Amino acid sequence: MEWETVIGLEIHVQLATKTKIFSGASTAYGAEPNTQACAIDLAMPGTLPVPNRQAFKLAAMFGLAIDAPIARRSVFERKNYFYPDLPKGYQTTQLDEPIVGAGHVDITLDDGTEHRVRIHHAHLEEDAGKSLHEDYHGMSGIDLNRAGTPLIEIVTEPDMRNAEQAVAFAKKLHGLVVAIGICDGEMSQGSLRFDVNISVRPKGQKELGIRTETKNLNSFKFMEEAIELEVERQISVIESGGTIRQETRLYNGDTKKARSMRSKEDSNDYRYFPCPDLLPVILDDSFLAEVAAAMPELPEAKRARYTGDMGLSEYDAKVLTGDVATAVYFDAAVNAGAIPKLAANWIMGDLAAFLNRQELTIKQSPVTPAALAGLTQRIDDGTVNSKMAKAVFEGMAAGEGDADTVIEAKGLKQVSDSGALEKIIDDVMANNTQQVEGYRAAPEDKRAKMVGFFVGQCMKASKGQADPKQLNQLLVKKLNG
Amino acid sequence: MNREDIQQLAKLAQLHIADDQVDEVTNRISTVLALVDQLSAVDTEGVAPMAHPLDAVQILRADEITEPNVREQMQAIAPATEDGLFLVPKVID
Amino acid sequence: MHNQTVAQLVKQLQSKAVSSVELTQHYLDRIQQNDADLNSFISVTAEQALAQAKAADVRLAQGNAPTLCGLPIAHKDIFCTQGVRTSCGSKMLDNFIAPYDATIVQNYQNQGVVSLGKTNMDEFAMGSSNETSYYGPVKNPWATHCVPGGSSGGSAAAVAARLAPAATATDTGGSIRQPAALCGISGLKPTYGRASRYGMIAFASSLDQAGLMAQTAEDIALLLGPLSGFDPKDSTSVDHPVDDYTRLLDKPLTGLRIGIPDEYFGEGLEASTEKCVREAIAQFEKLGATTKSIKLPHTSLSVPAYYVIAPAECSANLSRFDGVRYGYRCKNPQDLDDLYSRSRSEGFGDEVKRRILVGAYALSAGYYDAYYAKAQKARRLIKQDFVAAFHDVDLIMGPTSPSPAFEFGSKSADPVAMYLEDIYTIATNLAGLPGMSIPCGLVNGKPIGLQIIGNYFDEAQMLGVAHQYQQATHFHTLAPANYK
Repeated sequence: MEWETVIGLEIHVQLATKTKIFSGASTAYGAEPNTQACAIDLAMPGTLPVPNRQAFKLAAMFGLAIDAPIARRSVFERKNYFYPDLPKGYQTTQLDEPIVGAGHVDITLDDGTEHRVRIHHAHLEEDAGKSLHEDYHGMSGIDLNRAGTPLIEIVTEPDMRNAEQAVAFAKKLHGLVVAIGICDGEMSQGSLRFDVNISVRPKGQKELGIRTETKNLNSFKFMEEAIELEVERQISVIESGGTIRQETRLYNGDTKKARSMRSKEDSNDYRYFPCPDLLPVILDDSFLAEVAAAMPELPEAKRARYTGDMGLSEYDAKVLTGDVATAVYFDAAVNAGAIPKLAANWIMGDLAAFLNRQELTIKQSPVTPAALAGLTQRIDDGTVNSKMAKAVFEGMAAGEGDADTVIEAKGLKQVSDSGALEKIIDDVMANNTQQVEGYRAAPEDKRAKMVGFFVGQCMKASKGQADPKQLNQLLVKKLNG
Repeated sequence: MNREDIQQLAKLAQLHIADDQVDEVTNRISTVLALVDQLSAVDTEGVAPMAHPLDAVQILRADEITEPNVREQMQAIAPATEDGLFLVPKVID
Repeated sequence: MHNQTVAQLVKQLQSKAVSSVELTQHYLDRIQQNDADLNSFISVTAEQALAQAKAADVRLAQGNAPTLCGLPIAHKDIFCTQGVRTSCGSKMLDNFIAPYDATIVQNYQNQGVVSLGKTNMDEFAMGSSNETSYYGPVKNPWATHCVPGGSSGGSAAAVAARLAPAATATDTGGSIRQPAALCGISGLKPTYGRASRYGMIAFASSLDQAGLMAQTAEDIALLLGPLSGFDPKDSTSVDHPVDDYTRLLDKPLTGLRIGIPDEYFGEGLEASTEKCVREAIAQFEKLGATTKSIKLPHTSLSVPAYYVIAPAECSANLSRFDGVRYGYRCKNPQDLDDLYSRSRSEGFGDEVKRRILVGAYALSAGYYDAYYAKAQKARRLIKQDFVAAFHDVDLIMGPTSPSPAFEFGSKSADPVAMYLEDIYTIATNLAGLPGMSIPCGLVNGKPIGLQIIGNYFDEAQMLGVAHQYQQATHFHTLAPANYK
């Protein structure tokens, strides 16, 4: 039997606000336990929530990014269950009236095919705290710093058919939320967490199989492993005559094993109802205009711009837009007058290698976008050749100044003065009379290859500073006599 | 409403009802439900539910840190803490 | 001194005829002498009260002190008071020393008002007799074998027995008006959203409202300003200008249109209570008002709708009491579920547990539409009745409670009999309207209350109308014999 896998994702994205969704406590990562949990976050008696405007703004930006309608009216509900990391005994979330409606994200797979993943909706909610399982005399410790951090939960349609698609989508979404600045994208800190719904069905069957949900995957690698493992498990259960139980599962990335967390039978009756401490949120035209104005260029539009007017290849555009900081650097260089194609090559080549060696991010690069722009101009106008350009780059990286300063200081100007070049050529020819005779005796079609020897000798004599194009022209002219 | 229903509700609400009290609680709650069942007689066709007495709209707060670290004050009245954490019986995911 | 009204006391404080320390000490002494029997206070904060009084006297001496400066009052133990136990009448919070003040507590403190202590109440404000308090029932000062009403029974008894000139209270379904009626004092529940709920321990968030109890409507008018106003910490408080609540006190009643709902005079209303209420209405006519009979056709839905909505909201509001971060925690929990279920079962009393269960039921899968959604629709119908009525009348009047104070234990066996105590008060909470109760007679030595329901944010007019009545009658001046 041939099986088809059906995958849908639920993604929790922590929004990059300064404060919690319902309190003015900080959301900064890594603070001492419970030092960022105020009376409201601790659900002290009599405390009340007041929503953070910025959380709505960031959530609405996500809506624009996936081409989804932003709800003018959204409503918070209470989802009731007991857990020590949930101080109020309910999570404040949205159910029937979420802030972001249906949209889509288009992904490109490795083989170049395009695939559309539909987004069912995205809603605002609060994050829970953390249970620390180290042993405190047989007890667990509860840190509520994270409790109340704003999240959007993004729910996709079951539009993915294998791990590759799911991971490609996850990566695309990660890039998107970082690009529009609504999330810091730090997966190791839990800023994005993926729940994967997986089912299998015989190929050609329309009806969906029973699904399981694998929760809280926080790396692309674990996600891929968890999907493959679960698909394998489901197929083997069905093929050996069993049935799939609707359940929640946990994948352990260290042991590469998954286990059942709870089945649907023991799942909670969450008793959702509209939160009476909060009123309907109405977003008006001016709010939505503010959101639109705050929207940075989406990666898709950026790529179109790079491959269009700037004439970059699809590959270059994909690499440059793959990382927000890189794209920012590239745009800054172009704005400072860089030749786009050259700037792209340098950013992806020597600059990337240099930063990698120095363990620096592109934001920390000692070579500023303006400096790189200067270098590309000097290459373009022939002041330096590619070999000399590397030396100029090294000088700039070592803090010796901008391109012109380094060129001047190191005397790296290309020799393109024909008088000087002719002298070098004459000297080389005089010192290699045998080779000159050999060249002149050779048939026309062999000569081109033999020019290389003279070019090398002339370059050596010029200490690499000869303009190769001009040198070549003059040399051929002289050799041909 | 029967004994099992009450026990199921008690589980949801994290309340323990002693076996010898289940009947009394069931009876009392059934009395209340009989009272609220009067609602079923009223025609509410086309009436929108009203969650809030006034037609007010939510205010939104500026994203500014206003809450300082209050761990010491808050944990002074907590039943069990250590290293700044609230302690509970082992949490099993 | 203690038979004086707030209006009289603040004048004496301002003129320095009496100091705040003297006045505060006088009330503290009265509490000490009388409250062992009455049980109207859960906590008396003598030391803090005298310190606050001293500070108030300094302000008064400097001149330009706020009108209420130096006045001692009592707070219902539902309002968080920093550094002072805030129990909400529950074993669950018996050890809870609030680390912050409720907004309204803070507001009064800013005015130089002195807090005498925290008054007794039904556990988590769930009750109409004060019998559900973990700290034992409060006695009605007019008849100590009877209940003072609830849930603000402690505040009502304290004001009636002249142990405090005024007290804060809260009203979710009648918890200010019914005890005010049963204890023969004046009580006001303002419009929903008029006062901040921040730091007021929630029972049913969409119904709860802070309010006041005092001997007279004029006293409430003087006290209402600091209670009122938008609070950025409470999303449901309303950004509506705070009135000068004394501005209509002297306005004659000529031309005032009073609506008398037929539904408030039907079966269940005791004849002697009805007689007092009818006489009071006649008095308003004498004072120049006109009355007309009106219909509030969905009145019978209010009790059933309320006993879905209030328990539903409370079932979630009380989930935070889990023994983890504050409050009661059971001994030696075996595991997490044991910690939760034993802490909650041992910490909550029976009525609270029943309401949590009813609320969980009304919200549970399969029942939501039949109960919760249906009740929310009924709620709209009830509100629409009032909105329509206020097209033709300025105020609505009727009984506050179907009968005077009843004996301890007489209604505790049947929850529904107890719930019907609030049959005339609940609808205003569902609609969010302001309501008040003022004394309008005695039956066998027990007080009867007249209920006045106003339009949204019309507290100034309600207080003015009540004050005009109190200028012409003496019921508000009566004090229980043993507490004069």
